[in-house]
Amino acid sequence: MSSTSQVTRPPATVSGPGALPVTLMVNGSAKVADLEPRVSLLDALRDHLDLTGTKKGCDAGTCGACTVWVDGRRVLACLTLAISCEGREVTTIEGLAGPGGELHPMQRAFIEHDAFQCGYCTPGQIMSAVALLEEGNAEDDAAIAEYMSGNLCRCAAYPNIREAIRDVRDRSRGDGHAAS
Amino acid sequence: MRPLSYVRAMAVEDAVERVSGDPAGAFLAGGTTEIDLVRFGLAEPDLLVDINDLPLSGIEDLPGGGLRIGALARMSDVARDGAVARRYPAVSQALLLGASQQLRNMASMGGNLCQRTRCPYFGDGISPCNKRTPGTGCSALEGINRNHAILGTSPHCIATHPSDVAVALTAFDAVVHTMGRDGDRRIPIDDFFLLPGDTPHIEHALGHGELITAIEIPAAPVAARSLYLKYRDRQSYEFALVSVCAALRVADGTIGEVRLALGGVGTKPWRARRAEERLRGAAPTTESFAEAADAELAAASVRRHNAFKAEFARRAIVRALNQVMGSTNGGRA
Repeated sequence: MSSTSQVTRPPATVSGPGALPVTLMVNGSAKVADLEPRVSLLDALRDHLDLTGTKKGCDAGTCGACTVWVDGRRVLACLTLAISCEGREVTTIEGLAGPGGELHPMQRAFIEHDAFQCGYCTPGQIMSAVALLEEGNAEDDAAIAEYMSGNLCRCAAYPNIREAIRDVRDRSRGDGHAAS
Repeated sequence: MRPLSYVRAMAVEDAVERVSGDPAGAFLAGGTTEIDLVRFGLAEPDLLVDINDLPLSGIEDLPGGGLRIGALARMSDVARDGAVARRYPAVSQALLLGASQQLRNMASMGGNLCQRTRCPYFGDGISPCNKRTPGTGCSALEGINRNHAILGTSPHCIATHPSDVAVALTAFDAVVHTMGRDGDRRIPIDDFFLLPGDTPHIEHALGHGELITAIEIPAAPVAARSLYLKYRDRQSYEFALVSVCAALRVADGTIGEVRLALGGVGTKPWRARRAEERLRGAAPTTESFAEAADAELAAASVRRHNAFKAEFARRAIVRALNQVMGSTNGGRA
């Protein structure tokens, strides 16, 4: 109250605690949902926007199943408030395939290398794996293991996940998109 | 999760004013600790002031060779910053050995310092815990205390401080810059973190509504050959059982300058000043390293399950110092 008379820029407005329309840019298109500020990006995607590809494993930032990209960086949707993503670009596993539905090379590689069993961690693994190559953190198996350590796979498909990542890395190098 | 309100701050002063003016207000940066704590009922803010759009993420040179790291710089960006990696490699290593890449992309440097302990009795929300609910007692004293601290403990709390990078920052005498309603402050990092004593719920020197704006690391040529060694129960994405940040400079066969700090064993990021004192002027040998480690760990107070940490830390200190020696003279110890 004391500073309202001195505001020189548009004052930021307080939202909540009740629901309000929140606009999220997800996979290139704007989506509006009525959300309370406490709603995580993960719950907004799954329960409000019908994008259930992003999985809820631990809901506590330890398993990586909810990995998505915000402004092109891999983050955990369970520890992100949806409302904090207004004005930012969110990419989920549903946004990876091409316009005609053709799978992303990493998605194809996961199938070719049998890089999953139950599949629950797979969307998070793939979102992490694509980002890993973008970051240039996949130069060898040790680096892949280290930089993928935030994605747990309780079926322990790790060797095949690494194979899939190596495969995409090596093929993309041929295309001039070196991971360095 | 309990209901809460949210606002995105557009200016540092605005953020400080909003949290200062609301006893149950809190800052929201990366959220990797805060959202977790709110979800589990361990923090109960009624207003989160999102500071992510504030212009506090730069990394700038300081005159004389130091660095000023903005409080909102992300762990992953600081780790990969060329000046950080060149001048303070242990800072970069500590960052990369902490958390996962997703969390490092989110977590801010200021938030890293403010993260809460991972003591399970604090985190379960039920057990007696002086840190969570003052006056209820410490369940870890006679409970499962394998991961708990052996240095800086009190009869009221033996929880470790979980940060890796804070250990390296402590070794290099970083200074925490803050802004509050009453103005700006510069807090030496060793004063920023508080020992538990009989107020374990007060972990750092920040007042309510006081915001970390930057972390400055003074010039320290010795840090250019520093390293951060971390031991844990699994190879990656795990908190330290024992970690060591070490840097030293040898001149004429004796140790001229040395920095040593420990993680995983202290109730706060632990500057090993007793060991440093022993090492200054000593010959850089395994024997003097071990003697210095013993001097530091003489003050250790172990419990039923964490007695191994004293010997573990002793060996880790010796190994870290030997490794730094190896990197400074081409392997001749």
